[in-house]
Amino acid sequence: MMKQVANKDAILRINKEGTWIEEGDLSFEVSESDGYALEEALRVREKQSGEVVVCSMGPQRVKSVIKDALARGADRAIHVVGDNLGSLSPYAGASVLAAAIREEKPDLVFTGLQSDDFGYGQTGVILAEMLGLPHATIAIEVDASGEKLRVKRELESGWYQWYTMPMPALLTIQSGISQIRYATLKGIMAAKKKEIKEVTPPAEIVARPSHQRIEKIYLPQKTKQTQLLGNGDAKAGAVELAQKLHTEARVI
Amino acid sequence: MSQGILVFIEHRNGVLNKTSLEAIAAAQSLASQLQQTVSAVIPGEDVATLAQEIASYDLVKVITATNAALRDYTPDGYTAAIESVVRQQDPQLVVMPHTYLVRDYAPKLAARFSKSLISDCIRAQVSGSAITFTRRIFLGKLDADVVSDGAAPVFATFQSGAFRPDQAQKGSGAEIVDLPVEVGEIRMTPEAPFQEVKQAVDLSKADIIVAVGRGIKSKDNLALAEKLAEALGGDLAASRPICDAEWLPIDRQIGSSGQTVAPKLYVALGISGAIQHLVGMKNSGTIVAINKDPEAPIFDIADYGIVGDLFEAVPVLTEEIKKIKGLS
Repeated sequence: MMKQVANKDAILRINKEGTWIEEGDLSFEVSESDGYALEEALRVREKQSGEVVVCSMGPQRVKSVIKDALARGADRAIHVVGDNLGSLSPYAGASVLAAAIREEKPDLVFTGLQSDDFGYGQTGVILAEMLGLPHATIAIEVDASGEKLRVKRELESGWYQWYTMPMPALLTIQSGISQIRYATLKGIMAAKKKEIKEVTPPAEIVARPSHQRIEKIYLPQKTKQTQLLGNGDAKAGAVELAQKLHTEARVI
Repeated sequence: MSQGILVFIEHRNGVLNKTSLEAIAAAQSLASQLQQTVSAVIPGEDVATLAQEIASYDLVKVITATNAALRDYTPDGYTAAIESVVRQQDPQLVVMPHTYLVRDYAPKLAARFSKSLISDCIRAQVSGSAITFTRRIFLGKLDADVVSDGAAPVFATFQSGAFRPDQAQKGSGAEIVDLPVEVGEIRMTPEAPFQEVKQAVDLSKADIIVAVGRGIKSKDNLALAEKLAEALGGDLAASRPICDAEWLPIDRQIGSSGQTVAPKLYVALGISGAIQHLVGMKNSGTIVAINKDPEAPIFDIADYGIVGDLFEAVPVLTEEIKKIKGLS
């Protein structure tokens, strides 16, 4: 499962209604942890055999995420096509994805642990519930070589834990757990021949009123009064900062 | 009709996870505005001692959802246990701390009620009988006000730090109700939790920390930050991407998956300030941020900021500090 989100460094402009960002002139990229989810799927396939199917939902622009995944080595793709799928609640979004992949009867489903836009961190877990699969979140190591799946999960404050569960199963993958491969020129050429199946999301799911609705979005209220130093001149700011740390904050 | 607020208490082997107290504070604050009562639920095998501790807070009821299969946390076990308590209690709102454990099972719980969580909230405002939740989106760059339409219960999780544990009000002793629950089949088997390596560096004791993020660009550039840390007499730390890239060892990582620190001075170099990092350092005394992106969330919590190129600012800062300290 891969989601396309606004580029991390993009300047976000809030729309006139104050309900979402202006998407017209944005650049997009794959949500960070979803890239690691794909990498983990490719690694499991290389060790165990099988095929990797990538699934993404959204307007035609998400084809760039799909094509990139195919170029990195995914075997084929399912594109759930629709314009406003990004604003679905995690429950509705997971419902759409469940409908799209149920018939594939996957042995393993990989998702990122949370998206870089809404950051709900729920779609994977709800998808597991809908498909009737056991799951583990924040996975940082996956061993699919045995009869049962063994997964190392990250807990808080530097603790870890291994879980064992039967397959099929769903895992949400933490960012940074491996080195993501680049697409090779050969991969990019091969991707052109790979299948991208377009499917339509079930109309009744998309039309259902959402139980959580964004009323407005805005720049965060500052909790602290930040003194910005240097006025664009980093060196002057540094001189000023050293003085302030000494005389005002008294930390040096 | 659904009423009351149910708050989820997280623990490991009966030892309370302190963010549960923040969840109690959140629930109490909402309850007083909504003129509702708060009950707590603790799943486990035998949690009688913890229930006593929780019953000292201003709650009407502490429900222990018990079953031998709930001794160790599993998403299947916890989902089934809390689902049956929610169905029996029929609350208007379920409040949980936004911990890794809650993130693991609570979406599954909410899905049993055909909905999702309003997750990782930083505030909630009550007007009449309606609650507006605020959550961070786009990695902390924007805030969104979210309302819940439709049937109760609403499931909400609160970010660590949204409320303080000491805001949880003590009461006159809540009633403790033991509720044995059915949990059905549990498909996953946990092994014992462990720490990877004995933490070699304990940054929680450091007075001064210089932390680097993606903005440092390469491992070679770490020398710049090292020199600054040396001049300040502080320790070097990093945000997650730096440790993932193995430019610094994992025991130097600050944030939800690394260490939580509160030094007198925290200098963030090229760190944008994703929530996962901020929770690990936002209680620092004086926070300095140097970043080229004026929109970076780190500036929201910084006392002093320089919007600009850290490669220009840091060498000058290092020299100036040496001058002040009489080191050069």
